[in-house]
Amino acid sequence: MSEPVLSIENLSVSFSSRRGVARVVDGVDWEVHPGQTLAVVGESGSGKSMTVLAATGLSPRGAKVGGTVRLRGEDLGAMSEVERRRARGRHVGFVYQDPMTSLNPVMPVGRQVTEASEEHLGLRGDDARSRAVELLDMVGIPSPEQRVDNYPHQFSGGMRQRVVIAMALANDPELLIADEATTALDVTTQAQILELVESLQERLGTAVVWITHDLGVVAGIADQVAVMYGGRILEHGTVDHIFGSPGHPYTQALLAARPQPGVRADRLATIPGAPPVPHQLPPGCAFYPRCPVRGDERCRTEEPPLTEIAPGHRVRTFYRAPHSGIERPAS
Amino acid sequence: MTRFVLTRLAQSAVVLLGVTLVVFLLLQLVPGDPVRVALGTRFDQETYDALRERAGLNRPLPIQYLDYVGSALVGDLGVSFRSGEPVTQIVIERLPATAALALFAVVFALLVAFPLGLISAVKNGSPVDHATRVFSQFGVSVPDFWMGIMGIIVFAGMLGWLPPSGYTSFGEDPWEWFLHLLMPSVTVGLVTAAILTRFIRSSVLEAMSQDYVRTAEGKGLMPRRVVTRHVLRNALIPVVTVAAVQLASLLGGVIVIEVLFAWPGLGRLTYDAVQARDYPVLQGAVLLVAALFLLVNLLVDVLYAKLDPRISVT
Ligand SMILES: Nc1ncnc2c1ncn2[C@@H]1O[C@H](COP(=O)(O)OP(=O)(O)OP(=O)(O)O)[C@@H](O)[C@H]1O
Ligand SMILES: [Mg+2]
Repeated sequence: MSEPVLSIENLSVSFSSRRGVARVVDGVDWEVHPGQTLAVVGESGSGKSMTVLAATGLSPRGAKVGGTVRLRGEDLGAMSEVERRRARGRHVGFVYQDPMTSLNPVMPVGRQVTEASEEHLGLRGDDARSRAVELLDMVGIPSPEQRVDNYPHQFSGGMRQRVVIAMALANDPELLIADEATTALDVTTQAQILELVESLQERLGTAVVWITHDLGVVAGIADQVAVMYGGRILEHGTVDHIFGSPGHPYTQALLAARPQPGVRADRLATIPGAPPVPHQLPPGCAFYPRCPVRGDERCRTEEPPLTEIAPGHRVRTFYRAPHSGIERPAS
Repeated sequence: MTRFVLTRLAQSAVVLLGVTLVVFLLLQLVPGDPVRVALGTRFDQETYDALRERAGLNRPLPIQYLDYVGSALVGDLGVSFRSGEPVTQIVIERLPATAALALFAVVFALLVAFPLGLISAVKNGSPVDHATRVFSQFGVSVPDFWMGIMGIIVFAGMLGWLPPSGYTSFGEDPWEWFLHLLMPSVTVGLVTAAILTRFIRSSVLEAMSQDYVRTAEGKGLMPRRVVTRHVLRNALIPVVTVAAVQLASLLGGVIVIEVLFAWPGLGRLTYDAVQARDYPVLQGAVLLVAALFLLVNLLVDVLYAKLDPRISVT
């Protein structure tokens, strides 16, 4: 198999505060190959964003990051600051989670879209401008020739999200990291964007890391899925593994909580309880307090290892639940 | 933009009118009879009545006020009780000294505060940052008159480099003018610099923690470019306001410093007018200061609209 575009090994991110050390990402590893899509799913606060931010050297101030990250086979940790910066700007496109705050309010969007191309590809003046127009057009912004000179506040939330996507695609990146990239968009636009990304993958062999809450999107675009909870990977495998034979009670619960055609929203199963607070993780399995299976004492006191149960399918649990672990409320 | 400026000018005129009313009423409330004070020991009833008559003080208040505003509109602010000179001339004469002091102080403050605040924010927690914070703490907490006195002792007394006080007009001798201006304006400027340094530091820190700065870093821009293109402009927008408020308040005259350095500015004039109960002069000075304040504010709003695309002024 080809070399992965991005591989992370044993990545951890922690913050120290008066309340103690919060390990918000703990021992995460996965890789993405050219042309492939890895979906990262999990509830809010599970560490999805922090994983990719830390991997690309964009973690917030005060974060302690550990582990090894390789971009195009090269160890980012062994690079100089300048090399790391160049590699990131040239080869990685990042769609940030919050399009309302990720754009500079006092710079026209066109300039922001092609700024990375100016820096790394030497694009200038009219060339940069027409490239910006082209990119805005590509993500479906109407009359891009005029919009290119507008400022972010002149765009709606959905339009800003497209601007951020255009910005991420500016350098034909080898790696595209999309953090909730289509959450603010309507279904039609979402489909357009997904198509755009797929064509990019075909054309350039771009590897994609797609972070989302939406398991419906995952089934459509992903090759692999990593399920995160409390900063850890609970399950990791191909789409077939995750959707066909989910091994972790949490994955099963997520699948059961997925909106489905024909089922009214109020009839959907939800996962009772709330995700753990990072500086107060339970000693055993992070999911134990909410787990419907609760095998035995071991689950409460000992953290299960991430074990391979089939080639390429890893699960972090002592007890694999029977397949319909979560009941739907009777209709 | 033109319409914006015109609207704002009209608004300013209304505010100024309000200022005249407030000042006029306040002066009716303060105890002490200005005419009596003006006469001092030469008091006799006849002169007193004649003077009151001449100043129009025996007419009903509304008439007095309308008369004052009416004359003010054509540039006549009355005559000084004390010297009998036209107030307009007196306050205009004092303007250059105060304006020079204020402008010099603010320019000096910006020259000091901008690099210090920026470096201190970018190198947050470094020795430079600590030194800068000590400086601004010092500047904010030490009274300006103490710094002024120290300056006089060191630079005029011990070193003899600068004149201890006084004023020479620019037209008379530019070099002397500059030498006299240096110490009072640097004294005032140090305090302003301390305030601005703090503000610029926190404004830059605030901007640096924004998501769009992470976006810029994600693009792999050189750190210098991240600062110049993305941090600075955003950080400077609020700084403009603070710097302008400082300038406006200095234009009102820095009373303590002007008195200390025998600086013939508006602050000194106000001080003397209060002492002498010279109401027309006091009114005139307050009016001029208010007008300057409004003018600076207008300029800030125009500048703001230029800096921040989110503000539209059409
Ligand atoms: N600067 C910070 N200091 C301390 N803790 C932080 C900081 N930033 C994030 N965290 C914590 O890290 C954890 C993981 O956050 P992260 O943003 O990765 O979650 P997420 O999975 O992306 O959630 P969402 O779906 O809501 O985006 C959260 O518990 C969050 O509170
Ligand atoms: Mg997130």
